[in-house]
Amino acid sequence: MKVLMKGNEALGEAAIRAGCRHFFGYPITPQTELAAYMSKRMPKIGGTYLQAESEIAAVNMVLGASAAGVRAMTSSSSPGISLKSEGISYMAGSDLPALIINVQRGGPGLGGIQPSQADYWQATKATGHGDFQVLVFAPSTVQEMVDLVSDAFDTADRWRMPAMILADGMLGQMMEPVELPEEGEHASTEKPWAANGHSNKREHNIINSLYLTPDKLEELVVERYKRYEQVKATEQRAEEYLCDDADVIIVAYGASSRVARSAVNKAREKGGKVGLLRPITLWPFPTGALQKAAGHAKAFLTVEMSMGQMVDDVKLAIDCRVPVHFFGRTGGIIPTPGEVLAEVEKLL
Amino acid sequence: MATIFQKPHALTDAPLHYCPGCTHGIVHRLVAQAIDELGVEGRTVGVASVGCSVMCYDYFACDMVQAPHGRAQAVATGLKRAKPDNVIFTYQGDGDLAAIGTAETVHAATRGENLTVIFINNAIYGMTGGQMAPTSLPGQITQTTPYGRDTDTAGYPVKVCELLSTLDGVAFAQRVTVDCVKNVNIARKAIKKAFQNQLDGKGYSIVEVLSTCPTNWGLTPVESLEWLRENMIPYYPLGVYKDIDAGVKKGGASQ
Repeated sequence: MKVLMKGNEALGEAAIRAGCRHFFGYPITPQTELAAYMSKRMPKIGGTYLQAESEIAAVNMVLGASAAGVRAMTSSSSPGISLKSEGISYMAGSDLPALIINVQRGGPGLGGIQPSQADYWQATKATGHGDFQVLVFAPSTVQEMVDLVSDAFDTADRWRMPAMILADGMLGQMMEPVELPEEGEHASTEKPWAANGHSNKREHNIINSLYLTPDKLEELVVERYKRYEQVKATEQRAEEYLCDDADVIIVAYGASSRVARSAVNKAREKGGKVGLLRPITLWPFPTGALQKAAGHAKAFLTVEMSMGQMVDDVKLAIDCRVPVHFFGRTGGIIPTPGEVLAEVEKLL
Repeated sequence: MATIFQKPHALTDAPLHYCPGCTHGIVHRLVAQAIDELGVEGRTVGVASVGCSVMCYDYFACDMVQAPHGRAQAVATGLKRAKPDNVIFTYQGDGDLAAIGTAETVHAATRGENLTVIFINNAIYGMTGGQMAPTSLPGQITQTTPYGRDTDTAGYPVKVCELLSTLDGVAFAQRVTVDCVKNVNIARKAIKKAFQNQLDGKGYSIVEVLSTCPTNWGLTPVESLEWLRENMIPYYPLGVYKDIDAGVKKGGASQ
């Protein structure tokens, strides 16, 4: 049975149904409904909702809960994610799974509170200091937000790394009908590494990111990067929409991909061979799908709510074999299908 | 032959890296002894903080988590909320607890998190080589107060037990030191009580231990203990600052 839910609330309910009982948050627009939802639900199901003193404290509470072996999450919006970057780096360096949700707003600085995709670089390339990656999932509908929450938890557990859902203020605030999964339909993972008390049955577990010997630190980072190669080989997700015969392929994710889809439909009505390639994982970036599309497309157009932060990744994925153009709006402005169509028509 | 004294089980065999005369070793022992006596090693998780004691994750035999600088009590909050039956303690220095981690400290305390906090106050940043700490004394010479801590520009030391004892969430706050056998015994009892309180569900318990840093103070171990007695104890009076059992609240610096 479908229910009508706001994106932010759907994220919360999906997390609960994925077995998460520990939410640590701090208010910030436009994600606050998620925290409010958790504050209502968690006490009723024996879970933890804790409003921390800061985003920094919240992400470190997630670190502690994850270290204890439970599914834990936090959510915030752009400026708050900057504060969480410390904890995300420590979790990556300690091989801890966790879910961090970024309902993006305009930046830099305090920016604005309208939808944005300007944290792409932060999410995919510089979530914190040091050599590491986090899994980045980019939903484009409220239903997909629900689906990706359990996917993100499972994938984070599988690879022992933090996962981020990179949403935006539009997806967080909009209401759509969703089908929620049954509770308990989530993979339960054994966590023999957890710091949850050794019960005098094993050596003590240490959750740590400090390695003062360069050889040891290098070895661990290299090992982690070998794992990242496996993640890249197995966890890429993308949706292709009318790509097979397309001359021009729009590459867009999240809210801007919805606009791009409308533009594709309008172009098709006029006979233009236009398709949409929608990355669902931003890291690992869906290079496989892009390389395939580059075999027949004459041009790519990235459509983003930023100044073009994804363009380089598209160019690298296809080794610059086909020209990659860009159209975007930023500062909290959502492009219109008409604007995108006009850009596409220049390339046909 | 009867064993009359031995290393606590909750300490591993790893050799401690601390400088000669540093009191971390004594406090480690007291913490481990409390864990042994209460029989809780199997369900205890310690949180190591950034500073000289960060590598205590190798020294305590219970499960350990290393926290980002200042965030030990946030990490401990996550550990405790995830597994309320576990015994969670943090082991933090003055820079970690009273400078970069002030917000995490005050808010874990005001929430009344059922945690045990061991706070090492040696009035200096040890690991980074002797810079001014939030608890450095007025006039104290450090690497970053080469003319002595000038309260006009560098402000005053943070008195942690006095500060935290004003918060309703705090169950127990005591300042101790380990400069002599008598004081080590007082510290031992305070630390055990701070753990027992957690087992009894009484809430946030902190033991502040006035400690030495001979290396960065530029003194011998013996001189350091004298300096501690002459300078630190008068500024940071020993005693129970809050104990919900005994009805002690705020500034009651009695032993």
